[in-house]
Amino acid sequence: MGRFVARRLLLTIPVLIGATFLIFAMVYALPGDPIRALAGDRPLAPAVQAQLADEFNLNDPLWLQYVKYVGDLVQGDFGTDFSGRPVSDTIEQRLPVTAKLALAAVIFEAVIGLIAGILAGIRRGSWFDNLVLVSTTLIVSVPVFVLGFIAQYVLGLKFGWFPTSGIGDGWYSYVLPGLVLASLSLAYVARLTRTSLAENLRQDYVRTARAKGLKPSVVIGKHTLRNSLIPVVTFIGADIGALMGGAIVTESIFNIPGLGRAVYDAVLRQEGAVVVGIVTLFVFFYIFFNLVVDVLYALLDPRIRYD
Amino acid sequence: MTEPQTERVTSTLEAEVAGSAPIAEASLWSDAWKSLRKNPFFIVGSVLLLVFLVMALFPQLFTNADPRACDLSRSADGPSGSAWFGYDVQGCDYYANVVYGAKVSVTIGFLSMLGTLVIGVVVGAIAGYYGGWLDSVLARITDIFYGLPLILGAFILLSVLPDRGVPEVSLALIVFGWMTAMRLVRSTVVSVKDADYVQAARALGASTPRILIRHILPNAIAPVLVYSTIYIGTLIAAEATLTFLGIGLQLPEISWGLQINSAQNRLRDASHLILFPSAFLSLTVLSFILIGDALRDALDPKLR
Repeated sequence: MGRFVARRLLLTIPVLIGATFLIFAMVYALPGDPIRALAGDRPLAPAVQAQLADEFNLNDPLWLQYVKYVGDLVQGDFGTDFSGRPVSDTIEQRLPVTAKLALAAVIFEAVIGLIAGILAGIRRGSWFDNLVLVSTTLIVSVPVFVLGFIAQYVLGLKFGWFPTSGIGDGWYSYVLPGLVLASLSLAYVARLTRTSLAENLRQDYVRTARAKGLKPSVVIGKHTLRNSLIPVVTFIGADIGALMGGAIVTESIFNIPGLGRAVYDAVLRQEGAVVVGIVTLFVFFYIFFNLVVDVLYALLDPRIRYD
Repeated sequence: MTEPQTERVTSTLEAEVAGSAPIAEASLWSDAWKSLRKNPFFIVGSVLLLVFLVMALFPQLFTNADPRACDLSRSADGPSGSAWFGYDVQGCDYYANVVYGAKVSVTIGFLSMLGTLVIGVVVGAIAGYYGGWLDSVLARITDIFYGLPLILGAFILLSVLPDRGVPEVSLALIVFGWMTAMRLVRSTVVSVKDADYVQAARALGASTPRILIRHILPNAIAPVLVYSTIYIGTLIAAEATLTFLGIGLQLPEISWGLQINSAQNRLRDASHLILFPSAFLSLTVLSFILIGDALRDALDPKLR
């Protein structure tokens, strides 16, 4: 087990370096001149331009800029944006918002997705099963931003049940955006649970358990679910990282001041340091949760460990 | 054995293989077709897809109105008998605009799917067939791209490109979306590359490209077909999302994403401006997902 984790950790390093370099190269290889963009309509004096270019390492070749950036990064220094504010301040302020949003989404995803999937998987072919099939197909087909508008319009404006914008109402304002952010994964979880449960219900060990005369609730709850939920649990775990990175659309629609919104604004303003810093954080979370899930998988399923 | 003889033996053997292949193939595909014909989801999906494909190719068949003939005095008027979908903010006929929007969505969907497949098949075949360090390096590169979600990666890439038309948006979607196709092809190649019939082809002196193209890659057709059908839907939704965020296609292009984007602040007073392009967009994505789901059920013998 220790060797498995160590190997997995080592494999993470090149991926992390590669992904951050990819972001870095995309943002800083851009043809525009960020110093001129910063100055706006009134051009800066050449001396000031040179000083700023020097300060942001803009005269170095790309790879050296990257090495310097990573050198700062491992010491916790994310650099500053053009107004001189440390990017780590922005992250500190906005990370809790995105984390809350992701948490709300994961709760919806797990609770609704699992219940729908289990009920559909137990009674395959029933009207509920068909309902789950049809509704998940519809949810997957409607793009998230359209779903966001529908939720805003119907639940927010028509019925007035939920706030449609901002985070002024505490946890309550995360319900609607969380549900929208979770929608796609929720549908996947329901389908995955359904298929996995249905597959396991056909296995010999389930027939044995039934033949022993165990109650159906024990056969399903204790024997079948335990095996069927392994892929579901790992999917949900890996999804936390993906949800944080996917929050950019949801946060824009619901006007939520999280990291996704910050990336969105920073990209439009060409604030390279902010974009690279936050997206690097997203990649880090994505890789971290995948790592956790891989280890979890090995713990839950001995067949992986002994490979 | 002299050259021509080898050639003849190879070709007879391959003729035999080819001769028996249509029977085997016919059974898989004709079985699939039999179950597809009876699948209501497949029928609904195909009809929808056909409608949208015709709409993308010949929008004039659906509307006589010119999408660019606008009159500001009708700005954001609601649906009526003369204009089914009402008018947009500029006072242009909205039905005509929504119909003409099908073209870019479908084009980008197919274009980026094609690019994804080319990269996925080439890289996946190389990684799976040669294995070893090459496979490891390619697997790490795949992991790197997986670290960036499709929308986020494409969003950043597009933001640094000077023009953003159909080719650029497709390119961004290909660059951050080829990985799953690659893994799919790779796993198929790995699972059959040591099979007896592949060894036989190799023993007969078939070249590597020939082995790959004639003997190994056909095994990937069914899974790749299922995947790409569903994935086109995802790509179309992704394009609309990027355009909606203001970083995809630009005016004066006619696209559903742009229409929804320019209407997003009129949700309260002119909701039809969001409703119609959203409905067309969702139905297009739905058609691909319905067909893909039905194909998977029909082609996967495990589910029968």
